[in-house]
Amino acid sequence: MRHGVSLGQPLANARAVCPDLVAHEADLAADAKLLEDIADWCDRFTPLVALDPPHGLSLDITGCVHLFGGEAKLMQSVCDALTAHGLTVSAAIASNAVCARTLNRQLHGRIVPDGEEAAAVAPLPVAALGGSEAITLGLRRAGLKTIGDVASRGRNEITARFGAAFTRVLAQALGEADAPISPRKVPPDYIVDKRFAEPVATDTVIAASLSSLATMLVAAMAQQGKGARRLEACFFRTDGLVRVIAVDTGQPVTEAAVIDRLFRERLEALNDPLDPGFGFDMIRLAAGRSEIVVQQQRDLDAHVHDNDELSALIDRIAARIGGKRVVVHLPVDTHIPERAALPLPAQQHLTATSTAAWPERHDGEPPLRPLRLFARPEAIQVIAGVPDGPPARFVWRRAAHAVVRAEGPERIAMEWWRPDGQGLTRDYFRVEDEHGLRFWLYRDGLYDRELEQPQNGLPVQPAWYMHGLFA
Amino acid sequence: MTGARMDTLARLRGRIARLEATDGAHDLRRVALGHDEADAVLQGGLATGALHEVFAESGRQAVAATGFLCGLAARVAARRPLIWIRQDFAEREMGALSMSGLAELGLDPRRIVVVRTPDLDHALRTAADALACDALGGVMLEVWGETQKLDLVASRKLTLVAQESGVTALLLRIAAAPEPSTAETRWMVRSAPSPAVAPWMAWGAPRLDAELIRNRHGQTGRWIMEWTPDACRFSEPAADPQPVAAAPAHRSHQASAGPHRRSA
Repeated sequence: MRHGVSLGQPLANARAVCPDLVAHEADLAADAKLLEDIADWCDRFTPLVALDPPHGLSLDITGCVHLFGGEAKLMQSVCDALTAHGLTVSAAIASNAVCARTLNRQLHGRIVPDGEEAAAVAPLPVAALGGSEAITLGLRRAGLKTIGDVASRGRNEITARFGAAFTRVLAQALGEADAPISPRKVPPDYIVDKRFAEPVATDTVIAASLSSLATMLVAAMAQQGKGARRLEACFFRTDGLVRVIAVDTGQPVTEAAVIDRLFRERLEALNDPLDPGFGFDMIRLAAGRSEIVVQQQRDLDAHVHDNDELSALIDRIAARIGGKRVVVHLPVDTHIPERAALPLPAQQHLTATSTAAWPERHDGEPPLRPLRLFARPEAIQVIAGVPDGPPARFVWRRAAHAVVRAEGPERIAMEWWRPDGQGLTRDYFRVEDEHGLRFWLYRDGLYDRELEQPQNGLPVQPAWYMHGLFA
Repeated sequence: MTGARMDTLARLRGRIARLEATDGAHDLRRVALGHDEADAVLQGGLATGALHEVFAESGRQAVAATGFLCGLAARVAARRPLIWIRQDFAEREMGALSMSGLAELGLDPRRIVVVRTPDLDHALRTAADALACDALGGVMLEVWGETQKLDLVASRKLTLVAQESGVTALLLRIAAAPEPSTAETRWMVRSAPSPAVAPWMAWGAPRLDAELIRNRHGQTGRWIMEWTPDACRFSEPAADPQPVAAAPAHRSHQASAGPHRRSA
């Protein structure tokens, strides 16, 4: 501004005005990231923060103003903190987001009381409504310089000329219609937080604060008979960085000690440990998802108790190494061996699997499915006595095995009705080699039907694969 | 020997006696394997609430050792949940655990929780954690290859937690040589050929050459064991499963026995 350069000016003009101008390409991704970070930081004021790209944020401060000593003080503290981080801020408070944004495009620091929106925005130029270039230009050409001018015209005229979307924005800016924001995060069910006059940085203080927050959270949930299924701890650093650490649980948690232990496990196992920097000035604990706790009779049914203990253990392990690493399996109704079991996170699916129906084994039969199964069958070289008979010798992982016993084929056809089921039919053989090692291998494709005869008269060479190992 | 020395010696003896007393005082519940000779050597069966190690000397015997471990787990679990802890890369090396395969061995896939850990430190930590949970029937820990981390201290830790809760720890070591540890028993398992039966007979039930190479409270031994999935127990191999199709080895034995009987 000082050198006559302004926003929206073409680069050539700006260069003409200020010859030693240093130009950088706009890094939109970095801008978006910064906006996200600021939005994270704004979580300390309200859980309802919406992005207004490219450069704006909308905060729904309904009901949390009193915590900061009034609207003016709240706005002041937001602006002061952001200015301290080197940002240029302008802010406005109004009864809806569009009205506040309209004010904000022209003025800084306006607080509009309820019912005075129309008066507040009337003197502003039409560009403040944020319509497209064509609309703004069209309004100016029609002689409508300010929002008040536009508002004085009949709405049907405006709609006919500029479209219904513009009329809606106009109505919102005038405070006639509501303009709900879409917050970035779903507001958690329960929130407790702790602010520190002096930033805290030591592990013991952080752990103690978390414990006391856990107690507060549990007390809040207990009043409504709820337990937490997802817990989030937010650590607000003094330099504006916010770190969120979430822990999921399989059963609703109702005990502060359990919350405390889960977070201890999680914090210990973090790949990039919690870095307090110059300290945290606020720690927040939220129950992102909560459920009604069904009180069960414990003493008479030991089984219920056992399941509780198991799910508590699974929660602890999952908190440390991640929920996807603790799995239970559900049977899948298919003949394809590698798809017969579906691994699912144990936290969410423990009860579902405990009632699943697995195929019954046939009494008197040896195991017909291998104990270890290769997710990707391994190619082997095979010498078979007769073309579609069992193998006589095979080489797997560079070791030769002579087949002593073989049983098969067990023919498994691919699921042609699926999009990914176009493979060849497999003939499985259960074989045992001279050392008593038992394998499960298959020939890919049927002679005559699926395997094509080469034109030069050579015999067909089917592919063989090692798929599993029997005990 | 001076009085002071005698004193020290007596004190040390007393301390050792106390250590041994606490060790033995914990009454280990034993679960019979079903194989009579092995059970006799184990004084009634496999002790629960202790650490047992199963070794496979090479990767190719891994699956036999796994089968043996599954058998032990099925015996000690008594329909309670099991936790199987393995490392990420084990899956690629020797195949994933097949739930249908476990079901075929008589283990219920509904009661198995599989934990995949990024490294051995996490695996050991998880194992110790799981062992402390007395709702479990057993904790299986699969460790691949030689490692420095499974030393006496680590195995002592596992043993202590297992004793405390009464949950059995089953350690599967693949492609590793036995090292000193606090395990109650240590087994070396290889697969054994199926009995020579007619080709149409059902063959291929897990038949294992199980060698008990360490037993804290008794002798060692080596047996051929068969796992019977239907009964969910180990058993002695049937001496002559199919007389019609006896192997040549049996014939020479019978031939030598023949004249002996005539002379009697």
